[in-house]
Amino acid sequence: MNRALRPLFATTAIFMLAYLMAVAQFPAMLSTRVVGNLLTDNAFLGIAAVGMTFVILSGGIDLSVGAVIGFTTVLIAVLIMWVGMHPLAAFAVALIVAAAFGAAMGAAIHYLRVPSFIVTLAGMFLARGAASVLSPDSIGIKHEFYSAVSKAYILLPGGGRLTTIAMLMLLVFAFGIVLAHRTRFGACVYAIGGSETSAALMGVPVARTTIGIYTLSSTLAGLAGVVFSLYTSAGYSLNALGMELDAIAAVVIGGTLLTGGYGLVAGTFIGVMLQGLVQTYIVFDGTLSSWWTKIVIGGLLFMFIVLQRLIFSTSARKRKTVGTP
Amino acid sequence: MPQEHATLLRATGIAKIFGSHRALDEVDFDLRAGEVHALLGENGAGKSTLIKILTGAYQPDAGQLEVDGQEVTFRDPQQAQAHGIGTVYQEVNLLPNRSVAENLFLGRQPTRWGLIRRREIEERARELLKTYGLDIDVRAELSTFSVAIQQIIAIARAVELSGKVLVLDEPTASLDRTEVDLLFKVVRELKAKGLGIIFITHFLDQVFELSDRVTILRNGRKITTQALAGLDATDVVRMMLGKDVAFDHHLTGIDAAARGAVRVEFSQMGRAGSVAPFSLTLHEGEVVGVAGLLGSGRTEVARLMFGVDGADGGTVMVDGKPVSIRNPAQAVAAGFGFCPEDRKADGIFGDLSVRENIIIALQAKLGWFRALSREDQIELAGRYADMLDIRAADHDMPIKLLSGGNQQKAILARWLAIDPTFLILDEPTRGIDVGAHAEIVRTINRLREEGLALFVISSELDEVVAYSNRVVVMRDRAMVAELAGADLEPDAIVRAIAGTGPAQAEARP
Repeated sequence: MNRALRPLFATTAIFMLAYLMAVAQFPAMLSTRVVGNLLTDNAFLGIAAVGMTFVILSGGIDLSVGAVIGFTTVLIAVLIMWVGMHPLAAFAVALIVAAAFGAAMGAAIHYLRVPSFIVTLAGMFLARGAASVLSPDSIGIKHEFYSAVSKAYILLPGGGRLTTIAMLMLLVFAFGIVLAHRTRFGACVYAIGGSETSAALMGVPVARTTIGIYTLSSTLAGLAGVVFSLYTSAGYSLNALGMELDAIAAVVIGGTLLTGGYGLVAGTFIGVMLQGLVQTYIVFDGTLSSWWTKIVIGGLLFMFIVLQRLIFSTSARKRKTVGTP
Repeated sequence: MPQEHATLLRATGIAKIFGSHRALDEVDFDLRAGEVHALLGENGAGKSTLIKILTGAYQPDAGQLEVDGQEVTFRDPQQAQAHGIGTVYQEVNLLPNRSVAENLFLGRQPTRWGLIRRREIEERARELLKTYGLDIDVRAELSTFSVAIQQIIAIARAVELSGKVLVLDEPTASLDRTEVDLLFKVVRELKAKGLGIIFITHFLDQVFELSDRVTILRNGRKITTQALAGLDATDVVRMMLGKDVAFDHHLTGIDAAARGAVRVEFSQMGRAGSVAPFSLTLHEGEVVGVAGLLGSGRTEVARLMFGVDGADGGTVMVDGKPVSIRNPAQAVAAGFGFCPEDRKADGIFGDLSVRENIIIALQAKLGWFRALSREDQIELAGRYADMLDIRAADHDMPIKLLSGGNQQKAILARWLAIDPTFLILDEPTRGIDVGAHAEIVRTINRLREEGLALFVISSELDEVVAYSNRVVVMRDRAMVAELAGADLEPDAIVRAIAGTGPAQAEARP
């Protein structure tokens, strides 16, 4: 079996097992209502994690994701409530701003040869700071478009709701999967993650691809901000604080190698759902502190890093030897 | 006959200057269709600079390139590739994490509506590799295959993309014999198809096995280009190592008997795949020189002695007592010092001061809790700088600003400060100008006279002869001969390296 797939199978197995155990304890968890909420509640995390997957696949990291989400929610709230724009126009502006921000970070990473960790750390402070400057206080959004969106959903058999933002997340995952595995851009991302030197020698447009990766990540963070705004009907500079770390955790738990080159976008979906499942379980239990989510995620993350280390250090040595036919 | 074929690639009067160093000086080179042309030279001869110019990675400072009689300039490797010149490096420059098929077609995948047609890529990859005699699962990750298979895949990609000239840069360095045969079969087929192949290696037998013509470089100059037929290994080695006219010692050989008690005894040290087990005894006041071509295992011996690489077996005795040397810290504790070959990467701490570079080994030996006072540091650095005549405006300046010769002396000072019993010097005079060259040699002689045991690796034969009591010769990762006394002269060493002379395999007492 392709060793890149092994962490994904492990994650999927753990997710199934965890879900079955939760259902055994709380049979009510086996319902479309819970599944629908799982998708809705984690929509913004999922969308941001798709962008993060591309960044990590290329061997980088994007710490600005949470701040970009926070900034986007404030910007949208300001544009709708103070400027009086239509939400759709505000969304477009926010996405363009986020994309430009990502492109600038990508360009800095490539042309100035600064590690992505540093550049996106600076980006994080910039975006978070800019959000506070726009408005230090939370701005509530009241607009008929928002109420219309919150009322638009597909009723699932069993009473569950597939909301607009949940569908948006699923769409983003589908888009991410095709982009990663079926396009030249995706091939270039994996190539850079495998070996940037080799990729450059093989003619991969490293500059264009790097800028593309961070533009994609920031744009998707912006889209996650849009979803967050729709989800909470408010803009606040401290929204999604530290969310980039949840996204990184989802990507790694989903089987993507932190050093780049190996992983699947579909794995990230399972990673996001696993995090959501832990949270749902804690809500069902009712007695556990919500901080237990962090402890479980921390444990899982550590387990997966160890697992990857084992898979990628032992089997790399075992090579097929093929003689002359 | 290769002579009947047209010239594919011609370089005339190529020069390349790095700072004040002439890496290439007026070098001519030509490659014909349907020939394998070996390019030989020791480290620093200009081989890799020439290759980088031919493949577009560097731009020459003078001279011109012609492809098929048309003058060309390459701004980058992509442009050279567009003119038909493809390169395969020793370190396979493919993507270990992607499938074989994707490696072959990256950057030119057939698409429909922006989506890659994976099945078509796999189909075409399978057919392409069949022409190279490979029937493998093209969907498997590249890293699951042996280096030889990866090399062939890299060749297939390079030939697909360029298709006129193929540069093979040390392709066999990490291959075993059957893998080399597999690779050579592929190269011969490409040659028969009319490609021109430039073959770089440090295995002389492979040069004779595969090549039609050879170009030998030394110190940035072309020594010769000629057909291999009619040459033997001794001629080639002599031309590669040569006699540096600018560097004239005329020191008489050192009396092998003028030495003291046994200091260090290595017995049956070896490491699988790196160095065959060897035994060597070093005495007080003795320099043992090491000669051998690049890749003969000479640096590996030094690394083993200093514990950089762990030995598979064998014992080390210092002054009659067994010691364990599993890592450099233990080696330092036993009184060993090591000046590595790549001074910039492994020797100096570029941004630290000259003084800090000198005291660092002593401080490491003393440990964390016995810090040398600033006064002691200044005194120590000053003493050794005077003793070795290290010329620095001030000992607080970063060592990277010093000349190569002074850097080398500072590293020597670093080890002398720990009062060593045994010093290992790997190519101490590489990249050092001629004046400083002679000074390093004088220093080595002086240290010997003061009773130190030294193990000195060098590819400058005149130099080795000038300071060694004995010379061990290495070939194919084993010590194959030991020369001393009247036998110790450059010609005998050349014969021993080439394997054409009487090998004195038995170590002298």
